[in-house]
Amino acid sequence: MTEASAFTARELAATAPVGLRRRGFVRRHPSLVVGAVILAAFVGLALAAPWLPGDPLTMTPARRLSPPGNGFLLGTDALGRDVLARTIHGARVSLLVGFLVAALSVAIGLAIGLIAGSIRKADAPLMRLMDALMAIPAILLAIALVSLTRASVTTVVIAITIPEVPRVVRLVRSVVLGVREQPFVEAAIAGGARLPKIILRHILPSTIPPLIVQATYICASAILVEATLSFLGAGSPPEIPSWGNMIASSRLYLARAPWTIFSPGLALALVVLAVNLVGDGLRDHLDPRLARRL
Amino acid sequence: MIAYVAHRLASLIVVMALVGVCVFLLLHLAPGDPAAIIAGDNATPDQIASIRAHLGLDEALPIQFLRWSTAVLSGDLGVSIFSNTPVATLIGQRLEPTLSLALATLAFAVPVALVLGVLAAWRAGSSIDRASMILAVAGFSAPAFVVGYLMIYVFAVTLKWFPVQGYTPIGESLADWARHLVLPALTLGLAYVALIARITRATMLEVLAEDYIRTAKAKGVSTGPMLLKHALRNAGVPIITVIGIGVALLIGGVVITETVYNIPGVGRLVVDAISKRDYPIVQGVILVFSAVYVVINLVVDISYTLIDPRIRY
Repeated sequence: MTEASAFTARELAATAPVGLRRRGFVRRHPSLVVGAVILAAFVGLALAAPWLPGDPLTMTPARRLSPPGNGFLLGTDALGRDVLARTIHGARVSLLVGFLVAALSVAIGLAIGLIAGSIRKADAPLMRLMDALMAIPAILLAIALVSLTRASVTTVVIAITIPEVPRVVRLVRSVVLGVREQPFVEAAIAGGARLPKIILRHILPSTIPPLIVQATYICASAILVEATLSFLGAGSPPEIPSWGNMIASSRLYLARAPWTIFSPGLALALVVLAVNLVGDGLRDHLDPRLARRL
Repeated sequence: MIAYVAHRLASLIVVMALVGVCVFLLLHLAPGDPAAIIAGDNATPDQIASIRAHLGLDEALPIQFLRWSTAVLSGDLGVSIFSNTPVATLIGQRLEPTLSLALATLAFAVPVALVLGVLAAWRAGSSIDRASMILAVAGFSAPAFVVGYLMIYVFAVTLKWFPVQGYTPIGESLADWARHLVLPALTLGLAYVALIARITRATMLEVLAEDYIRTAKAKGVSTGPMLLKHALRNAGVPIITVIGIGVALLIGGVVITETVYNIPGVGRLVVDAISKRDYPIVQGVILVFSAVYVVINLVVDISYTLIDPRIRY
């Protein structure tokens, strides 16, 4: 089954000569390379944002809604702020939230998934709870959580993480259930190894390749959800420039100043696309059969 | 079969009960006094007290839960704090636009996705395959609200083919109703098409490699029936599963799409309620949406036996 395939793929990779594996890498994984390059560019811009020319908060009322060019490469918004600077600064919150949510949900989901997969008594209650969390629409759960607390990046991260956790739990659990029947695990049990040791030494390693892939997809989805929350007015606080905020505050000017919406919109779509491409590439590289599971 | 359905119904009830607990606890897990949170920053003590009375927040937590859940079970989703109207009535009033949008989206997205996925798998590696898979990745990455504004800008503002925003009830004018739904359905369906096209391609690729497909080709079955009757039907179960799981995508998307296109549906109701912290509405809508998702997926699971007679429970 697919659960065991993470395994075979690694074994196969280990037998291929190293030189051959490297040479064909770019050609065999175009989506991984393209995605990584776009993502690296955005990460670079986000990190360098404070030292780049152009300020995201300075208002130039005389030049409000001016079209791209003439001092402002991507024009200005309704308050006369530099759209390019705001778009670059917006990358900071998006990427930060994306990475934090991916790391946090993988960590929590891994712990719960290992428990559900290895301890039979805990399995059914934990999985029903996960089913329930998955049944609640993620975006609604996240907006409801944010609206009940004070808007901050921390609450946004927590609110997006909670609905993502069940997906990781299900993945980890399915890998654990597959690996548990493997001869080497049975051998370890027969050899008298204790449960924590079996989980950490024998089961955990098999969950890593599919988790890396899942983490990239979660990162992409978290960036989208963060932007959606900001767009619906329940995301990052308004003083932090974020792509969702920018689009929400510009929607009245769609016909007059489309650049105010489409600059952050394009940036958002590009980043999510890049992260998804990295995910697809990693999936094909780490485990071709995972493709079936989406 | 009956035992299986009974088992699934039982676990559905457990899941919905847990959803209920989560939705109920949402308000109480937030730090601080729930009544003060709902009332907002500029509330007077009187307003906070009246909200507390309205929601019965003075009682002990288990009693509140008991009272709330028995009410929900009898169809009473509570009363809106601001409009003082029962939440069930408010949802009922907003149902038509949301249902129209969801059904219009399904009606276009599922066939388009199946065609794309089958063609891509049939001509794997060709330019059709590459184009439809690029479309699938793009559709999955494009944020619904950005796509929505792009469509409005191109097809409504610039080309003037469709109305910019809004909704016309189906009883008022069928043509206007349809014209108002085209862009929202396209926007909402994009990610759904991408999801289903990808799984269709993946499962079809596997099925097309099977011996019985080679047999079918060898005995002279022409391409169309081979793809549809022999291959697609055998690929049906994973595809239907994803169509069911993808309903979550549609439900989340409805909230965004209705906001972008200014459609007075259930999604707008909940977004407006959240900004006003009208908590009973938020709870009610989340419960209803979750129930829809869970029931659709139950129906999907049971429908496997219809598609694939080999599956018996």
